[in-house]
Amino acid sequence: MGLFPILLIGLPVLAAVLIPLIRQDRTRDLMVYGCAGGVMILTLVFLFVWLQGGADAWYLYADTELANHGMLALEVCLMCLILFLSFRYRRLFPAILSIAQTALLFYTESAVHMPAAEHMMADRLAMLMCVIIAFVGGFICIYAVGYMKGYHAHHKEFADRRGFFFSMLFLFLAAMFGLVLSLNLIWMYFFWEVTSVISFLLIGYTRTDEAVHNSFRALWMNLLGGLGFAVGIAVLAFTRGSVQMTDAIESGSVLVLACLALAGLTKSAQLPFSSWLLGAMVAPTPSSALLHSATMVKAGVYLLLRLAPALSGNMAGMMVSLIGGLTFIAASAMAIAQNDGKLVLAFSTVSNLGLIVACAGIGAEETVWGAVFLMIFHSVSKSMLFQAVGATENCLGSRDIEDMHGLLLRLPKLTYIMGIGIAGMYLAPFGMLISKWVALRAFVDSGNVVLVLFLAYGSATTMLYWTKWLAKLISQHHARDRVTDVTRKDEYLSMFLHAGSMLLLCLLFPALAIFIVNPIVREVFGYANTVLSMSVLTTMTIMLVSVLIVPATMFFVTRAAHRDLVPIYMSGVNEGDNRYFVNSMGEPEHLYLSNWYLRFEFGRRHLMRPSVILSASILIVSLCLIIGGAV
Amino acid sequence: MTRILLILGYLVLAPAAGALLDGADRVISARMQRRKGPSLLQPFYDLQKLFAKQMIAVNNVQMLLNLSYLVFLAIAGAMLFAGQDILMCMFILSTADMFLIMAASSDSSPYASLGAGREMLQMMAYEPLTLIIAVGFYLTTGSSHVSDIVHASSSAVWLMPGMFLGFIFTAAVKFRKSPFDLSTSHHAHQEMVKGLTTEMSGPTLAIMNIAEYYEMILILGIFGLFIVNENWWSWPLAVLVCLVIFFLEVLWDNASARVKWDLLLKGCWTVTLLAGGLNLLILMLVR
Repeated sequence: MGLFPILLIGLPVLAAVLIPLIRQDRTRDLMVYGCAGGVMILTLVFLFVWLQGGADAWYLYADTELANHGMLALEVCLMCLILFLSFRYRRLFPAILSIAQTALLFYTESAVHMPAAEHMMADRLAMLMCVIIAFVGGFICIYAVGYMKGYHAHHKEFADRRGFFFSMLFLFLAAMFGLVLSLNLIWMYFFWEVTSVISFLLIGYTRTDEAVHNSFRALWMNLLGGLGFAVGIAVLAFTRGSVQMTDAIESGSVLVLACLALAGLTKSAQLPFSSWLLGAMVAPTPSSALLHSATMVKAGVYLLLRLAPALSGNMAGMMVSLIGGLTFIAASAMAIAQNDGKLVLAFSTVSNLGLIVACAGIGAEETVWGAVFLMIFHSVSKSMLFQAVGATENCLGSRDIEDMHGLLLRLPKLTYIMGIGIAGMYLAPFGMLISKWVALRAFVDSGNVVLVLFLAYGSATTMLYWTKWLAKLISQHHARDRVTDVTRKDEYLSMFLHAGSMLLLCLLFPALAIFIVNPIVREVFGYANTVLSMSVLTTMTIMLVSVLIVPATMFFVTRAAHRDLVPIYMSGVNEGDNRYFVNSMGEPEHLYLSNWYLRFEFGRRHLMRPSVILSASILIVSLCLIIGGAV
Repeated sequence: MTRILLILGYLVLAPAAGALLDGADRVISARMQRRKGPSLLQPFYDLQKLFAKQMIAVNNVQMLLNLSYLVFLAIAGAMLFAGQDILMCMFILSTADMFLIMAASSDSSPYASLGAGREMLQMMAYEPLTLIIAVGFYLTTGSSHVSDIVHASSSAVWLMPGMFLGFIFTAAVKFRKSPFDLSTSHHAHQEMVKGLTTEMSGPTLAIMNIAEYYEMILILGIFGLFIVNENWWSWPLAVLVCLVIFFLEVLWDNASARVKWDLLLKGCWTVTLLAGGLNLLILMLVR
């Protein structure tokens, strides 16, 4: 049974090594399908064997002398790579950060003698993460095959480095598997650094000035978090003589927790570090989908969720929950002013992660329950939305939400997928909303009035930006120019499976709560009360069914009714169809309807700087207090 | 059994009660403007006439979205009157409103789209307070279930007066009363015809009106929830308070001019923060 984690990490690594070697497109595509499928099957087998063993936590690999040395060597390689690229693009900061943390880690490992302990652990939370990574990530890889063909057909100006791209995607999956299965913090740190570097390479894929600039920003921010991680490990090692995750939680040392939490906050793109994730969308869509849904940001959230029980009621937890809450409301407000589809998705990711982070920071069982739910739903629906927007961009040549007016009539299949994703993100009673409900109750129970207010206002702003997008899609407008759907079969396969699983997740909500989320909470806290009673869960399911059934029934009811279709009202100056009206010069004028963006109130230019300053001061003040308290 | 009767009672009586209130509103408004005004039963005649009209539409989905709006409002109200969770009821209420916005946006018509955009803003303006009120009930009575709230030993309004006053302020949005009737109102706007409902006619408009009556009773029901407690006399008192609040909204409607959207948003959010937020803070501190 100890073989599974090795295989799970090894298979994607093998794929990552082999794929760039294949020069022929067709063979490479097949290879990507095969490897993605292989990862999924392997995860299923792993899950099955683990469930057969009673679903208890497995502790693996106590004696790993060789692997430790290998990892140290690879860490030096990573540092050299960062140094080389920093030198090449004349950046100083990432180089300093990288040297500092690698040196600190080397010193810690040589100075402190650690007792032998297990290095990996497969428990329920880790297995859930593995399933998310394997399936959401795997399907993104499959989607990427079709997407990248269309992408390079559109963008002739960028060098075709598809082999490298797929290789990085698989390496990313491997690093994520390693990260979620690690129990030893030094191992986890290694995989953490690997994800930082790969995301840096993915963001810089097109090698334009903007891409290079954004990728370096992502690099230094994540390396800063990595430095926090390294400091946390060093403090833990010198005070407790151990680098196990469980010891970090049991020690309750606020300084260690705050350092690790800092790493979690940077990786999950919380304010003031949100700008790296917003800049990451210069990369091709599959990498955005991967960064935003199954991997990268989820690594930060995963770390914070692991730490959650220890964060309850101390300064570190307070810092995390306040920053999370602030990020939730600030990012959702800024999303209102965006008309770029991918940017709206990026802001909404940051905002939703803020809610998860706030839940983790409170550290009560209710909030962790809500956070796990949010994480599951967010992964699936965000991955689906990114894929749908990417595919739409390949068809329309634009990802501007304004250009999606009446998309329902032009690209119906993609619009349905997008609609399911959007509904899943905010509509009652889909998954996200239930989690929000639980979060609200938990914030009230923990007596945190600021977070309650953040949630109340933040859900109102969230409502606005999703509703206006959905309203744009649903308009019954016959556009002048026809669009052909150039989306490939593998892209649709991935998107349909995502949409299907989203609906299933919603419908099987009570089962999800009982069999997956409740046991996870029990495992994290050692005990669990039922967070939502069965009657509430069933009410929820009934509601959900009604949301699906009511419009469907109404569809059939109204289809039977006879009606005459008439043109829309345009003050009596219609030009015959609904597209033109007569302007004051007596000429036909094309009707153009725009959404509200409230740029002067909610624009990034107005809100970003204050919220960054506010969150940075929260971060600095609480870190100072924690360090002052510890010394 | 009583629960089923309550649900049925709401589903059957709410539109009638809403229409009667609407009729009273028109009579009172007319008297305030020194007009005679229509008869009390005018809304019923209007509905009858709308249903008798020819079925014309600008597209094929508007009717279905409008019907969904109606059904979801009925569900939200039924949940409140059946004693279910008030927070869930609020969530369903906003889902219902979503369908109205979709119905208006589906027209792809300039006036309806303007109305839909304004309706979204209105939603954003009033929503925070509804969530805070739900939390307030949870804090004062220890439960978010309406069935438990009505059995509290004293009226909730004593502990949450700020939220009560704030809700009177933001309820003008839900009642579509001036100064907050931006998206549509009972009379035509100068700048955007009938806004949200511009493209709705005949039976579609009648359905929209019935849905609004359901919503009106639902909102008044939440006002009533502030008053009722375990004593029997609190129920007639609650009805009386609801009627007074409705009169106040009508008075305000006639006494004020429509504001612009930014004033609506700032006004509602400030009142929510000051009245609702402070009240919440105190509730949490004394707990």
